[in-house]
Amino acid sequence: MPQLRIVVLVKQVPDTANVTGDAMKEDGTVNRAALPAVFNPEDLNALEEALRLKVRHGARVTVVTMGPPAAVQVLRESLYRGADEVILLTDKAFAGADTLATSYALSLAVRKLGGCDLVLCGRQAIDGDTAQVGPQTAEKLGYPQITCVSRIDELVAPADVAHGAVTATRSIEGGFETLASSLPCLLTITGEANEPRPASVKLVMTYKGIAAEAMPDYDDTYLDPESDAAEVCMLGRDGKPVCRAKVVQWDHLALEADREALGLRGSPTRVKEIESVVLAQSEARMVEADEAGVAALVHELIEEHILG
Amino acid sequence: MASPGDVWVVVEQHDGVAAEVSLELLGRARELAGRLGVGTGAVLAGASEAVRALAPALIARGADTVYLADREDLGDYLALPYTRLVAGLVRTHGPQIVLYGATTTGRDLAPRVASALRTGLTADCTDLRIGDFSAQGETYSDLLFQIRPAFGGNIIATIVSPEHKPQMATVREGVMVMPEADDSRTGTVVTVPVERSSAPVASADRIVLTDTDFAVRLVKRVQEEKRVDLKGARVVVSGGVGVGSREGFALVEELARTLGGVVGASRAAVDAGWVGHEHQVGQTGTTVRPKLYIACGISGSVQHRAGMDQSARILAINSDPGAPIFSVAHYGIAGDLHKVIPLLIQAYRTKA
Repeated sequence: MPQLRIVVLVKQVPDTANVTGDAMKEDGTVNRAALPAVFNPEDLNALEEALRLKVRHGARVTVVTMGPPAAVQVLRESLYRGADEVILLTDKAFAGADTLATSYALSLAVRKLGGCDLVLCGRQAIDGDTAQVGPQTAEKLGYPQITCVSRIDELVAPADVAHGAVTATRSIEGGFETLASSLPCLLTITGEANEPRPASVKLVMTYKGIAAEAMPDYDDTYLDPESDAAEVCMLGRDGKPVCRAKVVQWDHLALEADREALGLRGSPTRVKEIESVVLAQSEARMVEADEAGVAALVHELIEEHILG
Repeated sequence: MASPGDVWVVVEQHDGVAAEVSLELLGRARELAGRLGVGTGAVLAGASEAVRALAPALIARGADTVYLADREDLGDYLALPYTRLVAGLVRTHGPQIVLYGATTTGRDLAPRVASALRTGLTADCTDLRIGDFSAQGETYSDLLFQIRPAFGGNIIATIVSPEHKPQMATVREGVMVMPEADDSRTGTVVTVPVERSSAPVASADRIVLTDTDFAVRLVKRVQEEKRVDLKGARVVVSGGVGVGSREGFALVEELARTLGGVVGASRAAVDAGWVGHEHQVGQTGTTVRPKLYIACGISGSVQHRAGMDQSARILAINSDPGAPIFSVAHYGIAGDLHKVIPLLIQAYRTKA
């Protein structure tokens, strides 16, 4: 039986819980340098689903992210949890991408991997909350989609004669619905789905400690435009590094991408302006706690169709 | 009459009942179209008499043309066939703006359509306007300003799609004013020709559903009868510790009843046993975004604010003028809620 292949799409996001005034650049794009970067929470839920399927069915779990070289951190975090293979899409040509251009690059990466049976990603990223990249990646791959999945009910792994199938339940307004799809299929996963496992201490020791000790210039390998692969190593019993996983790095050439469809150039949307709520927030308009004050407020709310 | 450059709404319906947000969007589409001097269109798909019967209601709310796709295989919403339908209609008729409700359905469909059409899309808008946009020496007139919170609600962004048509957005429920139904409005119902084929058909001017579009099938849909519909409420009146007692909470309930709203509560009020957990608003309760949220005797913890700060309008009543709830409120009344609530009830009964 061919092995189940799962690709998990993840994103490193600025921690929107701690936004400050310099969070945005003048051109309206995000100033990531000003914010701590974290693993997008629902992408961790997606990775968790992949790792659980791996336990049940046996699977090769490949994690893909697009971002600056520093985004390799979410790939490391993925390795710490049990991913088999990690891929970093990084290139100046990818910069400033909206969801359409992002999904284009991600879909090319899945294609370059030879496609897969299941693409999993978080429902949405906390920096944009758009929930668009999942469906748009599915469309470009020609894969069906089930979004907002709170539970994967059943997976029938592909056998030699069949493509396999997945059944999943998604939350809808005031209820839920269960959908079944043939594979391949893309699922977007919500935070309700599971409690993501923490990093495995053993895997952290395997990948992280070694990177600092045995390969002190480890990070720089991602910055080297000549290198398309950097190895994550562990120390063997003899104290020599033993390579266990590769952080593969792909640029627009590796993806054979149409440059016009990438990054800012490939993005239909533009940010016209940004208004900071944190700074612009005004105090509540205080209303006198007497009959006249309250009556005037009620009148205003009715006039503005707030109250019917 | 339908013409290129119209403003469209993709209507969401379940069992022949249109989603409220779709009707709200028809009202705004009407306004935007008036500003642009074009017509409005509504895309309606389904497979029942009730769905066909919706067309006049959509015209009454502001649609000039209803594109009706009435087929057995479009009976249940599914992303792929609906994408084929909407993208095909857009290619044929060339609307300049296409709007969707920011529901789980709208947010499933709209991105897939945007990808198929290679056009821009802004999610979860709270406002839409028409205006001009200048960048790099170019000025674009009459663009759709797509206004939405981003970055965890810390910023409000105005997004435009200057060079791609149609301009598309999903819009939150409850942020647009529901238009009055005007049964004297006239419009056209266009029956959309949709074909079905086992293999893909390469044709720009026909809408052909293929078997691969039905790779996903609906196994079951369950609508839970919720006793407390906090999420769908247009007015939520919540009480907190400041209410003081179970008896005090009756006042909160009376205000909610008077305004046609639903009773909410802070966690503290639930923990005190004054009201059931199903009423709890906040991070561990329900997230609400009604048109009006009235917080009575709620200090405004971060956890509570996370569940209500997207409300269109917030009125806070608290005896402590320094309570954090006032920092997210639009209106504040610093006073004793036991005196203020009766004043509100009285004022509303007199005015309405």
